[in-house]
Amino acid sequence: MKECYLGVDVGSVSTNIVIIDENNDVIAKKYIRTKGKPIKAIQFGFKEIKEEIGEIEIKGVGTTGSGRYLASILIGADIVKNEITAHAVAALNYVPDVKTILEIGGQDSKIIILRDGIVTDFAMNTVCAAGTGSFLDRQAARLGIDIKEFGELALKSNNPIRIAGRCAVFAESDMIHKQQLGHNQEDIINGLCEALVRNYLSNVGKGKEILAPVVFQGGVAANVGIKRAFEKALDMEVYVPKHYDVMGAIGSAILAREEVKSKEVSKFKGFEVADIDYKVKGFECNDCANMCEVIQILAEDKVIARWGDKCGKWTNLSDINLQRLA
Amino acid sequence: MKITFPHMGNTYIAVKAMLEDLGLEVIVPPKCSKRTLELGTKYSPESICLPLKINIGNYIESIERGADTILITGSCGPCRFGFYSVIEKEILKDLGYDIDIIVFDPPDGNYKELMNSITKAVNTKNPIKILKSFNRGRIILKEVDKLFEFSNKKRAFAVNSYEVDRIMQKFSEDVLKVKGITETKKLIKRTFKELKKIEVDNTKRPLKVGIVGEIYTVIEPYVNLDIERKLGHMGVWVDKFLTPSRWVEHNLTLGHLGLSEERKAWKAAKPYISTLVGGHGRETVGSTIMYAEKGYDGVIQLLPFTCMPEIVAETILKTVGKDYDIPILTLIVDELTGEAGYITRLEAFVDLLKKRREEKKFERVLSRS
Repeated sequence: MKECYLGVDVGSVSTNIVIIDENNDVIAKKYIRTKGKPIKAIQFGFKEIKEEIGEIEIKGVGTTGSGRYLASILIGADIVKNEITAHAVAALNYVPDVKTILEIGGQDSKIIILRDGIVTDFAMNTVCAAGTGSFLDRQAARLGIDIKEFGELALKSNNPIRIAGRCAVFAESDMIHKQQLGHNQEDIINGLCEALVRNYLSNVGKGKEILAPVVFQGGVAANVGIKRAFEKALDMEVYVPKHYDVMGAIGSAILAREEVKSKEVSKFKGFEVADIDYKVKGFECNDCANMCEVIQILAEDKVIARWGDKCGKWTNLSDINLQRLA
Repeated sequence: MKITFPHMGNTYIAVKAMLEDLGLEVIVPPKCSKRTLELGTKYSPESICLPLKINIGNYIESIERGADTILITGSCGPCRFGFYSVIEKEILKDLGYDIDIIVFDPPDGNYKELMNSITKAVNTKNPIKILKSFNRGRIILKEVDKLFEFSNKKRAFAVNSYEVDRIMQKFSEDVLKVKGITETKKLIKRTFKELKKIEVDNTKRPLKVGIVGEIYTVIEPYVNLDIERKLGHMGVWVDKFLTPSRWVEHNLTLGHLGLSEERKAWKAAKPYISTLVGGHGRETVGSTIMYAEKGYDGVIQLLPFTCMPEIVAETILKTVGKDYDIPILTLIVDELTGEAGYITRLEAFVDLLKKRREEKKFERVLSRS
């Protein structure tokens, strides 16, 4: 039986599941929209991927993304890593001498600076989502076009127009203004792409030394318009890896592979977790002034995990991973 | 008179004990919580920095518990904190609260006015009594800071870091039950003993991280999402440049003689920023340099969204980080701060520091052979 490693990236917009083999080659991947239901998304993905791959042995499991701790409890992960480290590990696997990683996801955009294969600096967007995928999603919906066509349309533009991209909401007003002046759709879309890139570079990338080779990943890397806008703004080639949309999951699978080297047994609970009925119930603990929001996960009406309390009264004291959530 | 004051980290412990010793009835505002923030955000100007919002929440919650007098400190530096007392007075007036506000403005030469405020607040004109209480309160403040510093160290070395949380949680519950300086002192001593009992692993070599930035966000755990605890559990030994006792030391005692830590930070910051920019902007730059010189692994800067002095410092810190080869992470907090993103940044930062340390060790081995 083939020995494989599983990586799960539970983000705000998408949940990605990846299976890699001993050579870090991807043998199966799933990109699922989270739609605010991370547990359902993981279960759905597990069902689909199980049908696809047939008989393999999962030797190690890693989780990442903002839902990494939740995912690790559901599926039994060997390693839980933040998405910045996971993305860096994945990019290094494809471009060993990578010096800059541009990563744009649904709600987060990050820049990771590496030197000699080590992360030396990073930044994430703060207090605003104007430089992220949600910005494009929103404008595409407004224009009534499919987000998948967005990039292609941008490439058709040959008359640049400038759209204010400082704030997602005001970009929309500016966009409407440009529409009413009579600009065509391609030019407006290209203007949006350039606005996003401008915003990203001046907010997230501010003060960072961007050196080649540059790798662009995350869901937004599918957008050829953004890629071109980056190349234009940076005046250097931007490389989009083949599995750009699931790099976080790949990174966590690679990390899991390294993790289980020193351990013999994986904590993986098996693909059967797809069939378990999970419920999440939260309550506010009013026993002291902290008033923590305690969250509990129930599997078939039995509590399997609790977290969120500051004092540790509710958290299962034996599991350190759980406590890190508190 | 039922007196209250805004929360600011652990200052409440000392202020409470001191005022109680002077025979006043003290109402400590409930620990900062979501409700505090909600109340504050509702009644404060939208774009003001976070500390003011929390203050307003504190006052309202204290007034609900019967407080009729508020005690606050003022400031005269070029930072919005200087306007706090004025704005807060107006907000509470608009809300229809009939409440007395006593402001301790920094003397700036005019000690008479400060003395007037103090005698009004403490209800006695006996200067010896006041000075004695003040001095004992200062000692408590120092002891509490030491206790928390010790707990931070303990967390980084402990076999089970969650035991530290248990003891510190118990301390913050008990401290509200004791009265006056003597009892508070005893409780601190007891807690110290409890902490010392925790089993430690001395083979651990924890990462050392210094925390700098705007004072309120640095010392109020609710506002900075408990950064010390989070880092501690990741195996990081945290040191804060600003603590309430250092603030008192600088502003009320040693600072005027030019001996406080802050003065040293000014000197360190001089090549990058030679003048006052308000708040703790200059200290942020200076203390970052001091941490770098002491061989810390990294520095984290904390600031509330829209804080002017810290924005100046943030820009300068990029150059400092390069010049001194030390990683610096800037975290901005406001009422919309999402905790998940915050934890991600901290974890990634700790990962980065660990990798750097491994790399350095590797380099040393290579250069030796």
